[in-house]
Amino acid sequence: MTEKYFVVLKDIAKRWNGKLGVEDVSLDIPEGSFVALLGPSGCGKSTTLRLLAGLEIPDEGQILIDGRDVTTSAASDRNLSMVFQSYALFPHLSVAENVMFGLKVRRVPKAERLEKLKRALEITGLLGYEGRKPGELSGGQRQRVALARAIVAGQRLCLMDEPLSNLDAKLRHSVRKDIKKLQQDLGITVVYVTHDQTEAMSMADMVVLMKDGRIQQIGTPEQLYNAPVNTFVAEFVGAPPMALIEGGALAGYGDELTIGIRAENVVQAETGSGRLKCTVTECEFLGAETLIGLDHKSAVGLTLMVPGLSLRPVGQPIEITFRDEDLHVFEKNGNRALAAAGA
Amino acid sequence: MSAHANLERRRQAIYGWLLLSPAAILLTVFAFYPTIATLWSSMFSRGTRRNPTEFIGAENYADLFADPTFWLVVRNNLFYAGITIPVSIGIALAMALWANSKISARGFVRTAYFTPTVLPMIAAANLWLFFYTPGLGVLDQIGSLFGLPSVNWLGQPETALWAIIIVTIWKEAGFFMIFYLAALQTIPEDLKEAADIEGTSRWTYTRRIVLPLLMPTTLFIAVNAMINSVKLIDHLFILTKGGPSDASKLILYYIWEMAFAFFDAPHAAAMTMLVIAVLGLVAAVQFLYLDKRTHYQ
Repeated sequence: MTEKYFVVLKDIAKRWNGKLGVEDVSLDIPEGSFVALLGPSGCGKSTTLRLLAGLEIPDEGQILIDGRDVTTSAASDRNLSMVFQSYALFPHLSVAENVMFGLKVRRVPKAERLEKLKRALEITGLLGYEGRKPGELSGGQRQRVALARAIVAGQRLCLMDEPLSNLDAKLRHSVRKDIKKLQQDLGITVVYVTHDQTEAMSMADMVVLMKDGRIQQIGTPEQLYNAPVNTFVAEFVGAPPMALIEGGALAGYGDELTIGIRAENVVQAETGSGRLKCTVTECEFLGAETLIGLDHKSAVGLTLMVPGLSLRPVGQPIEITFRDEDLHVFEKNGNRALAAAGA
Repeated sequence: MSAHANLERRRQAIYGWLLLSPAAILLTVFAFYPTIATLWSSMFSRGTRRNPTEFIGAENYADLFADPTFWLVVRNNLFYAGITIPVSIGIALAMALWANSKISARGFVRTAYFTPTVLPMIAAANLWLFFYTPGLGVLDQIGSLFGLPSVNWLGQPETALWAIIIVTIWKEAGFFMIFYLAALQTIPEDLKEAADIEGTSRWTYTRRIVLPLLMPTTLFIAVNAMINSVKLIDHLFILTKGGPSDASKLILYYIWEMAFAFFDAPHAAAMTMLVIAVLGLVAAVQFLYLDKRTHYQ
């Protein structure tokens, strides 16, 4: 079964004197896919990437890249490129020298080097900046130099460690699209670490959500959004996150269950006919819609989404309702109830 | 411009001058004025009871250029600087790279390397005097184990300067290592990781990434080492007193001798001026030329 996957992680564990790194991580990545490792800080996503890159060696388990066991191989023997969060550009070298550094190390002939440099700079829109030092570039340009350095290596696997976290919001959005387009044009496999669920959901074909060193769920963005396997996934994915209601508060559900509901499935009800009686705690106007935060004693994160501008006074009582088929039912331990009607 | 903006600007200017003044006053009293006074006195003849001091212009300088001992001392000092500066920088760099890597007992290694620097010069010189002493000294003791004849390291012209050079390297390398260590700490870890992924060997990484990033430190150390090579005097007092037959005499020792042993202040002043001129010139060249080839972060 390992043959048809490009990258395989099998039961990987890494511990630092008692402190948990990652535990029991297994992952199969098909060639040409865009995989996002997602999770809160300290969840082990960066550790997983570093293990894959060969910057750390796992305590247990096996790593295969392109069918070859590379568990204990050096980083340079794994045929991959990497984009660092800090970009890791060499500050004393110009853009061109930075991009060609790896080629020079591998003794690629000069003509070929220059040709590859030109192509990589073309792709990343950096033509004309060859002679600049990283210190003379903006954050977005430095980021693109780091990308160009990864592209020029011509590897089929590219690892990215939160490459957008040092950029401002607007730039982040455009670079996100660039990276996705680049990955598709070059047909490379990308493993991408991020703590930003929007990034993961919008770019990835496959999202791996992690918490405390363990994988919580692997799936397409749609699967994570519409069928979260536990309450952690439910609350982590989506903006706003899924609201969780104690089962006892709704007629027909047991006390031990937790019920999840997405904001877009919540509708306002006529007074007296709603399933929950809440009060308004805050209003957030986003342009196309307004998010109305609701307070209920046995629920967290309840939000009502109303189109257009619709500000309500704080403290106003409001009744809401929703359809049963939009509910996500979780067991007492937080896992999704199998019998429940999912999406 | 409105009145309050003008007042604010004047206040800023006064504030600036106040901050500047302590350094300016100290430098003027203890550096600039003595320099000019030295220059002035170097142009007068040595006063005796019969011939009072008189202005003789550059005659003292001409005397120096005609003095074979002066040229010997200059040659000695050039040789001394030419060996000690590159060797102590090289050793300092090697020790820093080693002490910075992940070895056990790193703290001990750093302290051990730094010990020669914290020893007072006179104490260190006495220590080496014991090493070099013919017959009793450690070097001879070790040599005699292998049946080698006793050598008077400090007492013969061929080896005296070399003995001084070795003491200096031993003393300075640890000091320079501390600067290199500090600079190495500022190189981010992920540069090494990025280079690793590209398959860079340790040597290439050191040569292409680490050494260029250490250039500002190297420049600083080189200037310091050069100044130190002219400043050395205390070792000579203990170890050789410039002998035998001036073989290990360096410039500052010669100036001291001229001024306080022969009581020839004008010639000492003239020599001091030459040293200042040469040092200033070399420092300017180092900063102006190497600065362009150095990347500051």
